[in-house]
Amino acid sequence: MVNLSVCLSGVPLKNPVIPASGTFGFGYEFAAWYDLNCLGAISCKGTTEQPRFGNPTPRIAECVGGMLNSVGLQNPGVEAVIQGELPRLRQVYHGPVIANVSGFSVEEYARTCQQLNDHADLLEVNISCPNVHEGGMSFGTSPEAAAAVTHAVKAVTTKPVYLKLTPNVTDITAIAKACADAGADGISLINTLLGMRIDTRRRRPILANQMGGLSGPAVFPVAVRMVWQVYEAVKLPIIGMGGVSTAADVVELMLAGATAVQVGAANLVEPCACRSIIDTLPAQLEALGVKDINELIGGAHHG
Amino acid sequence: MFTILRNEPLTAAVWRMTLAGDTGAITAPGQFVNLKLGGFFLRRPISVCDWDEHTLTIIYKVVGQGTAAMAAMRPGAVLDVLTGLGNGYDLRPAGARPLLIGGGVGVPPLYGLAKRLHDCRPVAVLGFNTADEVFGRREFETLGVQTIVCTADGSVGVQGFVTDALPEDASYFYACGPEPMLRAVWDKTDIDGQLSFESRMGCGFGACMGCSCQTKYGAKRICRDGPVLTKGEILW
Repeated sequence: MVNLSVCLSGVPLKNPVIPASGTFGFGYEFAAWYDLNCLGAISCKGTTEQPRFGNPTPRIAECVGGMLNSVGLQNPGVEAVIQGELPRLRQVYHGPVIANVSGFSVEEYARTCQQLNDHADLLEVNISCPNVHEGGMSFGTSPEAAAAVTHAVKAVTTKPVYLKLTPNVTDITAIAKACADAGADGISLINTLLGMRIDTRRRRPILANQMGGLSGPAVFPVAVRMVWQVYEAVKLPIIGMGGVSTAADVVELMLAGATAVQVGAANLVEPCACRSIIDTLPAQLEALGVKDINELIGGAHHG
Repeated sequence: MFTILRNEPLTAAVWRMTLAGDTGAITAPGQFVNLKLGGFFLRRPISVCDWDEHTLTIIYKVVGQGTAAMAAMRPGAVLDVLTGLGNGYDLRPAGARPLLIGGGVGVPPLYGLAKRLHDCRPVAVLGFNTADEVFGRREFETLGVQTIVCTADGSVGVQGFVTDALPEDASYFYACGPEPMLRAVWDKTDIDGQLSFESRMGCGFGACMGCSCQTKYGAKRICRDGPVLTKGEILW
């Protein structure tokens, strides 16, 4: 028997596989496809203080090896999430719940995280959003802004706080270090890469929002590289993600330094993607002579 | 898994594919299926034209690389298909004389609906750009459905749009077609009805929020809460 269980800042997971925020709703609708209790954890749809409809449609474009989305954080707002969505999830799922939080000011992040603190096992703070007080620049592209969010959230919560980083930066390690120094319990990465497609017949961008986030297998090598770099830069647990679609991808991202792994775009193509990965993981590990999956974490780093 | 039985052109751009497989998840006309194609990341959502226990018929228009790849597929090929997606049409409010209003490649789901409407006398109003693009007329007539064809250029049937040919004495309507047609039907009709929408989708089963729209009752997902919306809830 291979041990698949891992631990994220004191939160035990029966395996490292987690559906990624934004690709799994609040989980309960996937219970029609399979028993969610096989999952290591669930990262819920990104939640903001106020309800959001998101961006105009079209919000989806395809590309080789993946897709672009410009959904724009559609969600019913933190109150409705606590009152409606999370209780519905708890009816069909009894494992760890990760609340994914977005905001447009430091204060908003803190308030929303504080509200969700008692309703989640772990907080994943998405700092890819624009900071409305600083000219719309993403919190996640400035070490100072990333640290400010981390500090503010840590001050008002008791659950482990993981900062979810954008890859659209020059030096991911500077952001990760700033979060670590400000008291983050862990790092999640990578969010989507900014991309664009143009409809050549109409000579217009396909997405109504013009640009959108690239995800899917095309971004996997970027995820491996950035997890590797952050693992070397900070001594914090990492939730790795970006284009993961097979058990082999899980192994590879863990060898780069991830303690757990999120599966995103793959859920949109194969609703049972996470279950399939979990089902094939033991054989994958046995073939590699691995008895405890924790051996993999950072296992490709030597000296 | 589904196996292609037949794949044949109906017009220059519109094809009919018949597949064998388990259709048990399909519960209503107006639902759609989502096909995985080799070489493409996202699935292709296509409305169900008709089905029985073991076969599925879809009619699709070649509009891009994915549908072009579908048109090149041969009988015997095996496809990964998610079925039974979306809400489909509610048959209960049809009344004595429902209209089935279809535009272009929006016509196919109305055929599956016509087949399942009993104890009423539906009228199909089918709109196309030109005579060369007309398909489905004979199939509706074989079901005993009164069928009015219109073409924008008048090359066959009534000259004009579907809204120029709507009978007066209808009890209800079911519509599927391009959004300008749906809007025109919504504007022109005094009776209640259901309209089926098309959208660029990510997943097709409600997870990604890619195809959301605003309705009178809040945000809805075309793929999961639709594709059929009632006339009363639509916000244009």
